[in-house]
Amino acid sequence: MHAIHTEDLTKDYALGFWRKRPYRALDRLTLDVEGGEVFGLLGPNGAGKTTTLKLLLQLVFPTSGRAEILGRPTGDVAVRRRIGYLPENPYFYDHLTAVELLDYFGRLLGLSSADRAARIPRLLDQVGLGAERRLPLRRYSKGMLQRVGLAQALVNEPEVVFLDEPMSGLDPIGRRMVRELILGLRDRGTTVFFSSHILSDAEAACSRVAILAGGRLVSSGRLADLLAFGIKGWEVVVEGVSREVADKLRAGAASLTPIAEGRYTVELPPSARPDQVMAEFSSAGASVVSINPVRDTLEDFFMRQVAEHGHAREVRL
Amino acid sequence: MTAGRIGAVAVSVFRESVRDRVFYNLLLFAVVLVGASVLVGQMTAGQDIKIIKDLGLAATSLFGLFVAVFIGVGLVWKELERRSVYSLLAKPLRRTELVLGKYLGLALTLAVNVAVMAAVLYLVLAWMWWTSPENLRAAWEAPALDPALLVAFLLIYFQLLLVTAVALFFSTFSSPMLSAALTFGLYVIGHFNADLKHFESIVESKPIVWMLRGLYYLLPNLAPFDVAGEVVHGQAVAGGYVLMTIGYASVYIAFLLAAGAHIFARRDFK
Repeated sequence: MHAIHTEDLTKDYALGFWRKRPYRALDRLTLDVEGGEVFGLLGPNGAGKTTTLKLLLQLVFPTSGRAEILGRPTGDVAVRRRIGYLPENPYFYDHLTAVELLDYFGRLLGLSSADRAARIPRLLDQVGLGAERRLPLRRYSKGMLQRVGLAQALVNEPEVVFLDEPMSGLDPIGRRMVRELILGLRDRGTTVFFSSHILSDAEAACSRVAILAGGRLVSSGRLADLLAFGIKGWEVVVEGVSREVADKLRAGAASLTPIAEGRYTVELPPSARPDQVMAEFSSAGASVVSINPVRDTLEDFFMRQVAEHGHAREVRL
Repeated sequence: MTAGRIGAVAVSVFRESVRDRVFYNLLLFAVVLVGASVLVGQMTAGQDIKIIKDLGLAATSLFGLFVAVFIGVGLVWKELERRSVYSLLAKPLRRTELVLGKYLGLALTLAVNVAVMAAVLYLVLAWMWWTSPENLRAAWEAPALDPALLVAFLLIYFQLLLVTAVALFFSTFSSPMLSAALTFGLYVIGHFNADLKHFESIVESKPIVWMLRGLYYLLPNLAPFDVAGEVVHGQAVAGGYVLMTIGYASVYIAFLLAAGAHIFARRDFK
Protein backbone atom coordinates (compact mmCIF):
# COMPACT_ATOMS: atom_id res chain seq x y z
CA MET A 1 0.00 0.00 0.00
CA HIS A 2 1.30 3.43 -0.94
CA ALA A 3 1.03 6.29 1.51
CA ILE A 4 -0.27 8.44 -1.37
CA HIS A 5 -1.46 7.24 -4.74
CA THR A 6 -2.93 9.24 -7.61
CA GLU A 7 -4.06 7.92 -10.94
CA ASP A 8 -4.76 10.20 -13.91
CA LEU A 9 -5.84 12.87 -11.46
CA THR A 10 -7.25 15.79 -13.44
CA LYS A 11 -8.83 19.08 -12.47
CA ASP A 12 -10.50 21.58 -14.79
CA TYR A 13 -11.78 24.93 -13.63
CA ALA A 14 -14.15 27.19 -15.52
CA LEU A 15 -12.72 30.66 -15.96
CA GLY A 16 -14.58 33.83 -16.90
CA PHE A 17 -17.86 35.24 -15.66
CA TRP A 18 -20.17 35.27 -18.65
CA ARG A 19 -18.40 33.10 -21.19
CA LYS A 20 -16.93 30.27 -19.19
CA ARG A 21 -13.87 28.63 -20.68
CA PRO A 22 -12.21 25.55 -19.24
CA TYR A 23 -8.78 25.79 -17.69
CA ARG A 24 -6.86 22.61 -16.88
CA ALA A 25 -5.12 23.14 -13.55
CA LEU A 26 -3.91 19.53 -13.30
CA ASP A 27 -3.57 17.08 -16.14
CA ARG A 28 -3.61 13.30 -15.56
CA LEU A 29 -1.23 13.20 -12.61
CA THR A 30 -0.15 9.69 -11.70
CA LEU A 31 2.07 9.50 -8.65
CA ASP A 32 3.02 7.12 -5.84
CA VAL A 33 4.57 8.14 -2.54
CA GLU A 34 5.86 5.40 -0.27
CA GLY A 35 5.38 5.36 3.49
CA GLY A 36 8.09 7.14 5.46
CA GLU A 37 9.56 9.13 2.58
CA VAL A 38 9.87 12.89 2.26
CA PHE A 39 8.44 13.74 -1.13
CA GLY A 40 8.72 17.17 -2.71
CA LEU A 41 6.25 18.46 -5.25
CA LEU A 42 8.13 21.14 -7.14
CA GLY A 43 7.21 23.64 -9.77
CA PRO A 44 6.90 27.34 -10.45
CA ASN A 45 3.84 29.30 -9.38
CA GLY A 46 0.73 28.09 -11.17
CA ALA A 47 2.20 24.65 -11.91
CA GLY A 48 -0.62 22.78 -10.15
CA LYS A 49 1.03 22.04 -6.79
CA THR A 50 -1.66 23.56 -4.60
CA THR A 51 -4.38 22.04 -6.80
CA THR A 52 -2.80 18.61 -6.25
CA LEU A 53 -2.79 19.11 -2.49
CA LYS A 54 -6.37 20.39 -2.49
CA LEU A 55 -7.47 17.37 -4.53
CA LEU A 56 -5.75 15.02 -2.08
CA LEU A 57 -7.58 16.71 0.81
CA GLN A 58 -10.81 16.93 -1.19
CA LEU A 59 -11.01 20.68 -0.84
CA VAL A 60 -11.69 20.53 -4.57
CA PHE A 61 -13.19 17.61 -6.45
CA PRO A 62 -11.41 15.94 -9.38
CA THR A 63 -12.76 16.29 -12.90
CA SER A 64 -11.48 12.76 -13.54
CA GLY A 65 -9.02 10.26 -12.12
CA ARG A 66 -8.70 9.15 -8.53
CA ALA A 67 -6.53 9.52 -5.46
CA GLU A 68 -5.92 7.51 -2.30
CA ILE A 69 -4.26 8.26 1.02
CA LEU A 70 -3.12 5.30 3.13
CA GLY A 71 -5.14 3.02 0.87
CA ARG A 72 -8.38 4.91 1.41
CA PRO A 73 -10.16 7.19 -1.09
CA THR A 74 -9.67 10.89 -0.36
CA GLY A 75 -13.38 11.29 0.39
CA ASP A 76 -13.06 9.00 3.42
CA VAL A 77 -13.41 11.35 6.40
CA ALA A 78 -11.97 8.76 8.81
CA VAL A 79 -8.58 8.78 7.09
CA ARG A 80 -8.20 12.45 8.04
CA ARG A 81 -7.55 11.40 11.63
CA ARG A 82 -4.27 10.02 10.32
CA ILE A 83 -3.13 12.99 8.25
CA GLY A 84 -2.04 16.59 8.83
CA TYR A 85 -2.21 19.56 6.46
CA LEU A 86 -0.55 22.96 6.39
CA PRO A 87 -2.19 25.16 3.73
CA GLU A 88 -0.25 27.81 1.83
CA ASN A 89 -0.19 31.13 3.71
CA PRO A 90 -2.39 29.76 6.47
CA TYR A 91 -4.85 31.97 8.31
CA PHE A 92 -6.86 31.04 11.35
CA TYR A 93 -9.29 32.63 13.76
CA ASP A 94 -8.46 36.10 15.08
CA HIS A 95 -10.26 35.55 18.35
CA LEU A 96 -8.45 32.34 19.34
CA THR A 97 -5.04 31.89 20.92
CA ALA A 98 -2.64 29.27 19.57
CA VAL A 99 -3.51 26.95 22.46
CA GLU A 100 -7.25 27.36 21.84
CA LEU A 101 -6.84 26.75 18.10
CA LEU A 102 -4.92 23.54 18.67
CA ASP A 103 -7.41 22.46 21.32
CA TYR A 104 -10.31 23.09 18.89
CA PHE A 105 -8.64 21.09 16.14
CA GLY A 106 -7.63 18.41 18.66
CA ARG A 107 -11.29 17.99 19.60
CA LEU A 108 -12.27 17.64 15.93
CA LEU A 109 -9.58 14.97 15.61
CA GLY A 110 -11.08 13.11 18.55
CA LEU A 111 -8.05 13.52 20.85
CA SER A 112 -8.67 13.02 24.55
CA SER A 113 -8.27 16.02 26.85
CA ALA A 114 -5.18 14.37 28.38
CA ASP A 115 -3.59 13.99 24.93
CA ARG A 116 -4.40 17.58 24.04
CA ALA A 117 -2.99 18.89 27.31
CA ALA A 118 0.23 16.93 26.81
CA ARG A 119 0.82 17.59 23.12
CA ILE A 120 -0.19 21.21 22.61
CA PRO A 121 2.44 22.95 24.80
CA ARG A 122 5.12 20.58 23.52
CA LEU A 123 4.25 21.27 19.88
CA LEU A 124 4.11 25.03 20.38
CA ASP A 125 7.54 24.91 22.01
CA GLN A 126 8.80 22.82 19.09
CA VAL A 127 7.69 25.41 16.51
CA GLY A 128 9.07 28.26 18.61
CA LEU A 129 5.79 29.73 19.85
CA GLY A 130 6.09 28.75 23.49
CA ALA A 131 6.11 32.34 24.73
CA GLU A 132 3.28 33.55 22.48
CA ARG A 133 0.89 30.68 23.09
CA ARG A 134 -1.67 32.85 24.95
CA LEU A 135 -1.66 35.73 22.44
CA PRO A 136 -4.70 36.05 20.16
CA LEU A 137 -3.82 34.96 16.62
CA ARG A 138 -4.71 38.39 15.19
CA ARG A 139 -1.48 39.66 16.74
CA TYR A 140 0.62 37.03 14.99
CA SER A 141 2.99 37.90 12.16
CA LYS A 142 2.94 35.92 8.90
CA GLY A 143 5.85 33.79 10.09
CA MET A 144 4.15 33.07 13.42
CA LEU A 145 0.97 32.00 11.62
CA GLN A 146 3.09 29.67 9.51
CA ARG A 147 4.50 28.16 12.70
CA VAL A 148 1.09 27.72 14.32
CA GLY A 149 -0.06 26.21 11.01
CA LEU A 150 2.69 23.63 11.29
CA ALA A 151 1.72 22.87 14.89
CA GLN A 152 -1.94 22.28 13.98
CA ALA A 153 -0.85 19.98 11.14
CA LEU A 154 1.02 17.80 13.63
CA VAL A 155 -1.34 17.84 16.63
CA ASN A 156 -2.68 14.35 15.88
CA GLU A 157 0.80 12.86 15.30
CA PRO A 158 -0.20 12.06 11.72
CA GLU A 159 1.09 9.25 9.54
CA VAL A 160 1.09 11.48 6.45
CA VAL A 161 1.71 15.24 6.52
CA PHE A 162 0.90 17.56 3.62
CA LEU A 163 2.76 20.86 3.70
CA ASP A 164 1.97 23.50 1.08
CA GLU A 165 4.98 25.83 0.75
CA PRO A 166 6.03 25.25 4.39
CA MET A 167 9.01 27.62 4.24
CA SER A 168 6.99 30.51 2.87
CA GLY A 169 7.04 33.62 5.04
CA LEU A 170 9.76 32.31 7.33
CA ASP A 171 13.09 33.91 8.15
CA PRO A 172 16.29 31.81 7.83
CA ILE A 173 15.93 30.53 11.41
CA GLY A 174 12.35 29.53 10.71
CA ARG A 175 13.34 27.77 7.49
CA ARG A 176 15.94 25.77 9.36
CA MET A 177 13.37 24.90 12.01
CA VAL A 178 11.01 23.57 9.32
CA ARG A 179 13.80 21.57 7.69
CA GLU A 180 14.72 20.00 11.02
CA LEU A 181 11.10 19.34 11.78
CA ILE A 182 10.59 17.57 8.43
CA LEU A 183 13.69 15.44 8.95
CA GLY A 184 12.53 14.65 12.50
CA LEU A 185 9.17 13.50 11.12
CA ARG A 186 10.97 11.33 8.57
CA ASP A 187 13.05 9.75 11.35
CA ARG A 188 9.83 8.81 13.15
CA GLY A 189 8.50 7.15 9.97
CA THR A 190 6.03 9.88 9.02
CA THR A 191 5.42 10.41 5.32
CA VAL A 192 5.93 14.05 4.36
CA PHE A 193 4.52 15.40 1.11
CA PHE A 194 5.42 19.01 0.58
CA SER A 195 5.23 21.53 -2.20
CA SER A 196 7.75 24.24 -2.96
CA HIS A 197 8.91 26.43 -5.79
CA ILE A 198 12.36 26.69 -4.24
CA LEU A 199 14.80 24.00 -5.28
CA SER A 200 17.08 24.32 -2.25
CA ASP A 201 14.15 23.55 0.09
CA ALA A 202 13.70 20.23 -1.67
CA GLU A 203 17.43 19.49 -1.76
CA ALA A 204 17.69 19.90 1.98
CA ALA A 205 14.91 17.49 2.88
CA CYS A 206 13.50 15.35 0.06
CA SER A 207 14.24 11.77 -0.78
CA ARG A 208 12.27 12.08 -4.04
CA VAL A 209 10.61 14.85 -6.00
CA ALA A 210 8.04 15.30 -8.73
CA ILE A 211 8.21 18.36 -10.93
CA LEU A 212 5.06 19.93 -12.27
CA ALA A 213 4.74 22.51 -15.00
CA GLY A 214 1.56 23.80 -16.56
CA GLY A 215 -0.45 21.22 -14.64
CA ARG A 216 1.57 18.29 -15.95
CA LEU A 217 4.09 15.99 -14.37
CA VAL A 218 7.35 16.85 -16.08
CA SER A 219 9.72 14.60 -14.22
CA SER A 220 10.02 12.59 -11.02
CA GLY A 221 12.68 10.69 -9.14
CA ARG A 222 15.67 11.47 -6.92
CA LEU A 223 16.65 15.09 -7.29
CA ALA A 224 20.30 14.23 -7.84
CA ASP A 225 19.31 11.98 -10.74
CA LEU A 226 17.42 14.71 -12.53
CA LEU A 227 20.00 15.87 -15.04
CA ALA A 228 18.36 19.22 -15.47
CA PHE A 229 19.59 20.18 -12.04
CA GLY A 230 23.18 18.94 -12.35
CA ILE A 231 25.88 21.23 -11.00
CA LYS A 232 27.12 23.71 -13.63
CA GLY A 233 29.99 25.04 -11.56
CA TRP A 234 30.99 26.40 -8.17
CA GLU A 235 30.92 29.89 -6.76
CA VAL A 236 33.48 30.52 -4.04
CA VAL A 237 33.80 33.72 -2.01
CA VAL A 238 37.29 34.26 -0.62
CA GLU A 239 38.87 37.02 1.46
CA GLY A 240 42.32 38.08 2.64
CA VAL A 241 43.51 37.79 -0.97
CA SER A 242 46.59 39.80 -2.04
CA ARG A 243 47.20 40.82 -5.68
CA GLU A 244 49.71 37.98 -6.15
CA VAL A 245 47.36 35.41 -4.68
CA ALA A 246 44.56 36.76 -6.90
CA ASP A 247 46.69 36.23 -9.98
CA LYS A 248 47.41 32.69 -8.85
CA LEU A 249 43.71 31.97 -8.31
CA ARG A 250 42.75 33.48 -11.67
CA ALA A 251 44.84 30.84 -13.44
CA GLY A 252 42.65 27.95 -12.30
CA ALA A 253 39.27 29.75 -12.27
CA ALA A 254 36.62 30.33 -14.90
CA SER A 255 36.39 33.91 -13.63
CA LEU A 256 37.49 36.05 -10.72
CA THR A 257 35.41 39.07 -9.74
CA PRO A 258 36.50 41.55 -7.05
CA ILE A 259 33.83 42.37 -4.43
CA ALA A 260 35.78 44.58 -2.02
CA GLU A 261 39.37 45.09 -0.89
CA GLY A 262 40.94 41.59 -0.66
CA ARG A 263 37.55 39.91 -1.26
CA TYR A 264 36.69 38.06 -4.50
CA THR A 265 34.11 35.79 -6.06
CA VAL A 266 35.76 32.88 -7.86
CA GLU A 267 33.83 30.77 -10.36
CA LEU A 268 35.12 27.23 -10.80
CA PRO A 269 34.20 24.52 -13.33
CA PRO A 270 31.81 21.69 -12.35
CA SER A 271 34.71 19.25 -12.10
CA ALA A 272 36.08 21.08 -9.03
CA ARG A 273 35.72 19.31 -5.69
CA PRO A 274 34.82 21.45 -2.68
CA ASP A 275 37.25 19.75 -0.28
CA GLN A 276 40.14 20.20 -2.71
CA VAL A 277 39.15 23.81 -3.39
CA MET A 278 39.19 24.57 0.34
CA ALA A 279 42.62 23.02 0.74
CA GLU A 280 44.12 24.69 -2.33
CA PHE A 281 42.79 28.15 -1.51
CA SER A 282 44.00 27.89 2.08
CA SER A 283 47.46 26.86 1.01
CA ALA A 284 47.51 29.79 -1.46
CA GLY A 285 46.87 32.17 1.46
CA ALA A 286 43.15 32.91 0.94
CA SER A 287 40.44 32.11 3.43
CA VAL A 288 37.18 30.68 2.04
CA VAL A 289 34.03 32.53 3.19
CA SER A 290 31.49 30.40 1.30
CA ILE A 291 31.31 27.80 -1.43
CA ASN A 292 28.09 27.16 -3.34
CA PRO A 293 27.14 24.99 -6.30
CA VAL A 294 25.84 26.86 -9.38
CA ARG A 295 22.88 25.25 -11.02
CA ASP A 296 19.65 26.10 -12.79
CA THR A 297 16.77 27.27 -10.64
CA LEU A 298 13.40 25.75 -11.29
CA GLU A 299 12.49 28.98 -13.06
CA ASP A 300 15.53 28.69 -15.38
CA PHE A 301 14.58 25.11 -16.09
CA PHE A 302 11.00 25.95 -16.98
CA MET A 303 11.91 28.99 -19.02
CA ARG A 304 14.14 26.75 -21.07
CA GLN A 305 11.38 24.18 -21.47
CA VAL A 306 8.96 26.84 -22.62
CA ALA A 307 11.51 28.15 -25.11
CA GLU A 308 12.08 24.63 -26.46
CA HIS A 309 8.51 23.35 -26.52
CA GLY A 310 6.29 26.40 -26.76
CA HIS A 311 3.68 27.07 -24.11
CA ALA A 312 4.35 25.77 -20.60
CA ARG A 313 1.24 23.60 -20.67
CA GLU A 314 2.76 21.53 -23.43
CA VAL A 315 6.03 20.92 -21.56
CA ARG A 316 7.19 17.32 -21.37
CA LEU A 317 10.54 15.70 -20.73
CA MET B 1 -22.08 12.58 11.94
CA THR B 2 -21.04 13.16 15.52
CA ALA B 3 -22.41 15.54 18.12
CA GLY B 4 -18.89 16.06 19.49
CA ARG B 5 -17.54 17.58 16.27
CA ILE B 6 -20.67 19.65 15.64
CA GLY B 7 -20.52 20.83 19.26
CA ALA B 8 -16.84 21.82 18.92
CA VAL B 9 -17.68 24.00 15.88
CA ALA B 10 -20.71 25.50 17.67
CA VAL B 11 -18.65 26.40 20.75
CA SER B 12 -16.07 28.07 18.51
CA VAL B 13 -18.79 30.21 16.86
CA PHE B 14 -20.18 31.16 20.27
CA ARG B 15 -16.74 32.06 21.57
CA GLU B 16 -16.08 34.20 18.51
CA SER B 17 -19.41 36.01 19.05
CA VAL B 18 -18.49 36.76 22.66
CA ARG B 19 -15.00 37.99 21.74
CA ASP B 20 -16.32 40.01 18.79
CA ARG B 21 -18.39 41.89 21.38
CA VAL B 22 -21.68 40.80 19.84
CA PHE B 23 -23.29 41.00 23.27
CA TYR B 24 -22.60 44.73 23.46
CA ASN B 25 -25.97 45.09 21.75
CA LEU B 26 -27.50 43.96 25.06
CA LEU B 27 -26.12 47.05 26.73
CA LEU B 28 -27.73 49.26 24.09
CA PHE B 29 -30.97 47.30 24.51
CA ALA B 30 -30.94 47.90 28.28
CA VAL B 31 -30.21 51.60 27.88
CA VAL B 32 -33.01 52.02 25.31
CA LEU B 33 -35.48 50.17 27.48
CA VAL B 34 -34.64 51.87 30.78
CA GLY B 35 -34.50 55.29 29.08
CA ALA B 36 -37.84 54.70 27.37
CA SER B 37 -39.50 53.55 30.58
CA VAL B 38 -38.46 56.72 32.39
CA LEU B 39 -39.60 58.89 29.50
CA VAL B 40 -42.86 57.07 28.84
CA GLY B 41 -43.68 56.96 32.54
CA GLN B 42 -43.69 60.75 32.65
CA MET B 43 -45.77 61.20 29.50
CA THR B 44 -48.58 58.67 29.81
CA ALA B 45 -50.84 57.26 32.45
CA GLY B 46 -51.73 53.57 32.33
CA GLN B 47 -50.41 53.07 28.82
CA ASP B 48 -46.75 53.01 29.81
CA ILE B 49 -46.58 49.32 30.67
CA LYS B 50 -48.00 48.34 27.26
CA ILE B 51 -45.61 50.63 25.43
CA ILE B 52 -42.63 49.22 27.30
CA LYS B 53 -43.70 45.64 26.57
CA ASP B 54 -44.21 46.51 22.92
CA LEU B 55 -40.90 48.32 22.75
CA GLY B 56 -39.06 45.50 24.54
CA LEU B 57 -40.40 42.84 22.19
CA ALA B 58 -39.84 44.95 19.07
CA ALA B 59 -36.28 45.79 20.14
CA THR B 60 -35.55 42.11 20.88
CA SER B 61 -36.76 41.23 17.41
CA LEU B 62 -34.81 44.03 15.70
CA PHE B 63 -31.54 43.62 17.61
CA GLY B 64 -31.76 39.86 17.16
CA LEU B 65 -32.40 40.35 13.44
CA PHE B 66 -29.18 42.31 13.05
CA VAL B 67 -27.19 39.66 14.95
CA ALA B 68 -28.80 36.84 12.95
CA VAL B 69 -28.22 38.47 9.55
CA PHE B 70 -24.82 40.05 9.99
CA ILE B 71 -23.24 37.12 11.79
CA GLY B 72 -25.26 34.54 9.86
CA VAL B 73 -24.04 35.69 6.43
CA GLY B 74 -20.42 35.68 7.63
CA LEU B 75 -20.46 32.24 9.25
CA VAL B 76 -19.39 30.31 6.18
CA TRP B 77 -18.07 33.20 4.09
CA LYS B 78 -15.45 34.20 6.66
CA GLU B 79 -14.08 30.66 6.71
CA LEU B 80 -13.70 30.76 2.93
CA GLU B 81 -12.43 34.32 2.68
CA ARG B 82 -9.75 33.78 5.32
CA ARG B 83 -9.02 30.28 4.04
CA SER B 84 -9.32 28.85 7.54
CA VAL B 85 -11.70 26.33 5.97
CA TYR B 86 -8.69 24.55 4.41
CA SER B 87 -7.21 23.46 7.73
CA LEU B 88 -10.64 22.83 9.19
CA LEU B 89 -11.84 20.48 6.45
CA ALA B 90 -8.56 18.57 6.50
CA LYS B 91 -9.76 17.36 9.91
CA PRO B 92 -12.27 14.50 10.15
CA LEU B 93 -15.15 16.94 9.87
CA ARG B 94 -17.85 16.52 7.26
CA ARG B 95 -18.92 19.65 5.45
CA THR B 96 -22.48 19.05 6.66
CA GLU B 97 -21.21 18.93 10.23
CA LEU B 98 -19.45 22.25 9.69
CA VAL B 99 -22.65 23.90 8.43
CA LEU B 100 -24.69 22.46 11.32
CA GLY B 101 -22.07 23.43 13.91
CA LYS B 102 -21.94 26.99 12.58
CA TYR B 103 -25.72 27.21 12.71
CA LEU B 104 -25.99 25.82 16.23
CA GLY B 105 -23.25 28.16 17.45
CA LEU B 106 -25.21 31.18 16.27
CA ALA B 107 -28.43 29.65 17.63
CA LEU B 108 -26.73 29.49 21.02
CA THR B 109 -25.58 33.11 20.72
CA LEU B 110 -29.12 34.19 19.86
CA ALA B 111 -30.54 32.14 22.74
CA VAL B 112 -28.32 33.97 25.22
CA ASN B 113 -29.15 37.30 23.54
CA VAL B 114 -32.93 36.78 23.68
CA ALA B 115 -32.80 35.34 27.22
CA VAL B 116 -30.87 38.33 28.56
CA MET B 117 -33.21 40.74 26.74
CA ALA B 118 -36.20 38.97 28.29
CA ALA B 119 -34.58 39.26 31.72
CA VAL B 120 -33.89 42.98 31.19
CA LEU B 121 -37.49 43.58 30.11
CA TYR B 122 -38.83 41.74 33.17
CA LEU B 123 -36.52 43.80 35.42
CA VAL B 124 -37.75 47.06 33.89
CA LEU B 125 -41.36 45.88 34.21
CA ALA B 126 -40.78 44.87 37.84
CA TRP B 127 -39.39 48.31 38.57
CA MET B 128 -42.42 49.95 36.89
CA TRP B 129 -44.77 47.73 38.88
CA TRP B 130 -42.93 48.66 42.07
CA THR B 131 -43.12 52.38 41.38
CA SER B 132 -46.75 52.48 40.12
CA PRO B 133 -49.64 53.25 42.46
CA GLU B 134 -52.25 50.55 43.12
CA ASN B 135 -55.05 52.25 41.12
CA LEU B 136 -52.83 52.48 38.06
CA ARG B 137 -51.88 48.81 38.27
CA ALA B 138 -55.57 47.88 38.38
CA ALA B 139 -56.08 49.58 35.00
CA TRP B 140 -53.48 47.42 33.25
CA GLU B 141 -54.91 44.90 30.76
CA ALA B 142 -52.27 42.33 31.65
CA PRO B 143 -50.07 41.95 34.72
CA ALA B 144 -46.68 43.66 34.56
CA LEU B 145 -44.73 40.44 35.01
CA ASP B 146 -46.97 38.51 32.63
CA PRO B 147 -45.56 34.99 31.95
CA ALA B 148 -47.23 35.18 28.52
CA LEU B 149 -44.37 37.48 27.48
CA LEU B 150 -42.19 34.40 27.48
CA VAL B 151 -44.34 32.98 24.66
CA ALA B 152 -43.67 36.12 22.62
CA PHE B 153 -39.94 35.82 23.31
CA LEU B 154 -40.00 32.14 22.36
CA LEU B 155 -41.63 32.89 19.00
CA ILE B 156 -39.23 35.78 18.37
CA TYR B 157 -36.40 33.33 19.02
CA PHE B 158 -37.75 30.84 16.51
CA GLN B 159 -38.24 33.62 13.99
CA LEU B 160 -34.58 34.56 14.47
CA LEU B 161 -33.56 30.92 14.06
CA LEU B 162 -35.41 30.86 10.75
CA VAL B 163 -33.78 34.12 9.62
CA THR B 164 -30.37 32.71 10.60
CA ALA B 165 -31.04 29.62 8.49
CA VAL B 166 -31.97 31.86 5.53
CA ALA B 167 -28.75 33.89 5.99
CA LEU B 168 -26.63 30.75 6.29
CA PHE B 169 -28.28 29.21 3.23
CA PHE B 170 -27.48 32.23 1.05
CA SER B 171 -23.95 32.46 2.41
CA THR B 172 -23.14 28.94 1.21
CA PHE B 173 -23.07 30.24 -2.37
CA SER B 174 -23.05 34.04 -2.42
CA SER B 175 -21.18 37.04 -1.05
CA PRO B 176 -22.07 38.46 2.38
CA MET B 177 -23.44 41.71 0.90
CA LEU B 178 -25.77 39.85 -1.43
CA SER B 179 -26.67 37.32 1.27
CA ALA B 180 -27.54 40.11 3.72
CA ALA B 181 -29.62 41.94 1.10
CA LEU B 182 -31.50 38.76 0.17
CA THR B 183 -32.07 37.83 3.81
CA PHE B 184 -33.38 41.28 4.71
CA GLY B 185 -35.54 41.14 1.60
CA LEU B 186 -37.02 37.80 2.61
CA TYR B 187 -37.54 39.10 6.15
CA VAL B 188 -39.64 42.00 4.86
CA ILE B 189 -41.52 39.82 2.36
CA GLY B 190 -42.01 37.22 5.10
CA HIS B 191 -44.05 39.69 7.11
CA PHE B 192 -46.36 40.41 4.18
CA ASN B 193 -46.47 36.88 2.83
CA ALA B 194 -50.17 36.44 3.62
CA ASP B 195 -50.94 39.24 1.13
CA LEU B 196 -49.73 37.01 -1.71
CA LYS B 197 -52.71 34.78 -1.05
CA HIS B 198 -55.11 37.71 -1.15
CA PHE B 199 -53.90 38.67 -4.62
CA GLU B 200 -55.79 35.64 -5.90
CA SER B 201 -59.05 37.50 -5.46
CA ILE B 202 -57.81 40.49 -7.50
CA VAL B 203 -55.80 38.80 -10.27
CA GLU B 204 -57.63 36.91 -13.00
CA SER B 205 -54.74 35.30 -14.89
CA LYS B 206 -54.43 31.66 -13.83
CA PRO B 207 -50.63 31.36 -14.31
CA ILE B 208 -50.07 34.44 -12.15
CA VAL B 209 -52.38 33.06 -9.49
CA TRP B 210 -50.43 29.77 -9.48
CA MET B 211 -47.15 31.64 -9.34
CA LEU B 212 -48.33 33.75 -6.39
CA ARG B 213 -49.60 30.65 -4.64
CA GLY B 214 -46.25 28.97 -5.25
CA LEU B 215 -44.43 31.96 -3.79
CA TYR B 216 -46.78 31.97 -0.81
CA TYR B 217 -45.79 28.40 0.05
CA LEU B 218 -42.13 28.80 -0.89
CA LEU B 219 -41.27 32.04 0.90
CA PRO B 220 -41.09 32.07 4.69
CA ASN B 221 -44.17 33.32 6.46
CA LEU B 222 -42.95 35.34 9.42
CA ALA B 223 -46.17 37.10 10.47
CA PRO B 224 -47.32 34.21 12.73
CA PHE B 225 -44.22 34.66 14.89
CA ASP B 226 -45.35 38.12 15.96
CA VAL B 227 -47.75 37.72 18.89
CA ALA B 228 -46.73 40.94 20.64
CA GLY B 229 -50.16 42.51 19.99
CA GLU B 230 -52.02 39.69 21.73
CA VAL B 231 -49.59 39.35 24.63
CA VAL B 232 -49.42 43.06 25.38
CA HIS B 233 -53.21 43.32 25.48
CA GLY B 234 -53.52 40.29 27.73
CA GLN B 235 -55.08 38.05 25.09
CA ALA B 236 -54.20 34.38 25.38
CA VAL B 237 -52.04 32.74 22.72
CA ALA B 238 -53.16 29.12 22.26
CA GLY B 239 -50.60 26.41 22.99
CA GLY B 240 -51.53 24.63 19.77
CA TYR B 241 -50.81 27.80 17.76
CA VAL B 242 -47.38 28.15 19.39
CA LEU B 243 -46.54 24.50 18.68
CA MET B 244 -47.73 24.79 15.08
CA THR B 245 -45.62 27.91 14.53
CA ILE B 246 -42.54 26.29 16.09
CA GLY B 247 -43.19 23.18 13.98
CA TYR B 248 -43.40 25.33 10.82
CA ALA B 249 -40.11 27.06 11.74
CA SER B 250 -38.43 23.71 12.42
CA VAL B 251 -39.44 22.23 9.07
CA TYR B 252 -38.41 25.37 7.17
CA ILE B 253 -35.06 25.53 9.03
CA ALA B 254 -34.41 21.83 8.36
CA PHE B 255 -35.09 22.36 4.66
CA LEU B 256 -32.80 25.42 4.44
CA LEU B 257 -29.96 23.72 6.35
CA ALA B 258 -30.24 20.60 4.21
CA ALA B 259 -30.16 22.72 1.03
CA GLY B 260 -27.27 24.86 2.33
CA ALA B 261 -25.27 21.80 3.42
CA HIS B 262 -25.96 20.15 0.03
CA ILE B 263 -24.57 23.18 -1.85
CA PHE B 264 -21.60 23.58 0.52
CA ALA B 265 -20.71 19.88 0.28
CA ARG B 266 -20.25 20.19 -3.49
CA ARG B 267 -18.27 23.40 -3.60
CA ASP B 268 -14.69 23.60 -4.79
CA PHE B 269 -12.58 25.73 -2.46
CA LYS B 270 -10.24 27.23 -5.03
